[in-house]
Amino acid sequence: MIPLSWYIIVGAALFSIGIYGALARRNALAILMAIELILNAVNLNLVAFWRYLTPNIVAGKVFVLVVFAVAASEVAVGLALIISIYRRRHTIAVEEIDMMKW
Amino acid sequence: MLTLTQIVFLIVAAITLLAAIMVVTSRSMVHTALWLIMTLAGIAVFFVLLNAGFLAVVQVAVYIDAIAIMIIIVVMLTQRSMGSQDRQRSKTWWAAVIAALLLFGGLVLMFAQAPLLGAEAPTLTVGPEALIEELGLALVDVDRYIVPFEVASVLLLAAMVGSIIVAWPGRMSQEQEDES
Repeated sequence: MIPLSWYIIVGAALFSIGIYGALARRNALAILMAIELILNAVNLNLVAFWRYLTPNIVAGKVFVLVVFAVAASEVAVGLALIISIYRRRHTIAVEEIDMMKW
Repeated sequence: MLTLTQIVFLIVAAITLLAAIMVVTSRSMVHTALWLIMTLAGIAVFFVLLNAGFLAVVQVAVYIDAIAIMIIIVVMLTQRSMGSQDRQRSKTWWAAVIAALLLFGGLVLMFAQAPLLGAEAPTLTVGPEALIEELGLALVDVDRYIVPFEVASVLLLAAMVGSIIVAWPGRMSQEQEDES
């Protein structure tokens, strides 16, 4: 059988890669995709803990479904924002989107 | 000695992490989106290995189908800004590397102290069909998880209305005339 620690390490690595992407990329779309990586790492951990520690309690999987819904709405709103900003400023580089900075 | 499941796990883990690294380093946005699909498919395989078949199907239907297609469409719409020849990393990317490595080290250290690390998966007492049925019943049961379920529905509705309004081109015309 696969030990629980393997899933945890894969989840932690995926989470860290996502953090790097969200911090280092200049493209707003790439940042959005890195956030998807982070959410997926969390989902992987949730399902792994459900399977290994509390297989009789359904809460772990319900939480994953809620994360799916949150991810879908986050992407929908995020992409709408990016399209709107692109229409007005003709750029999706995050350092050029500084209208709210003062 | 590695069992067959462990070999499958290691191969899928290697593919998933490699694809994830390509997501954050690839120069072309279309390639980034395709590598993201690869990563999401790897996660779906993990869900299958963890006896969560329903979640694997939802992963394919929601992430790979809906979210990835939406992202690719927006990539194509905004391709004139930031092509692959432009600088893709911010000036402080080395700080991001340090932050990610520190986070990874911290997470592994923290998990290494957890007592349940070597836990073996308990054998499931019910079949795969009963697992899905249990999840579905729990989601609509008044005494259990109907509130999170309804909150998720309202959130999706709000996100749908919000994204339509944010991306609506109608209000733009006046301001664009003013600018030009």
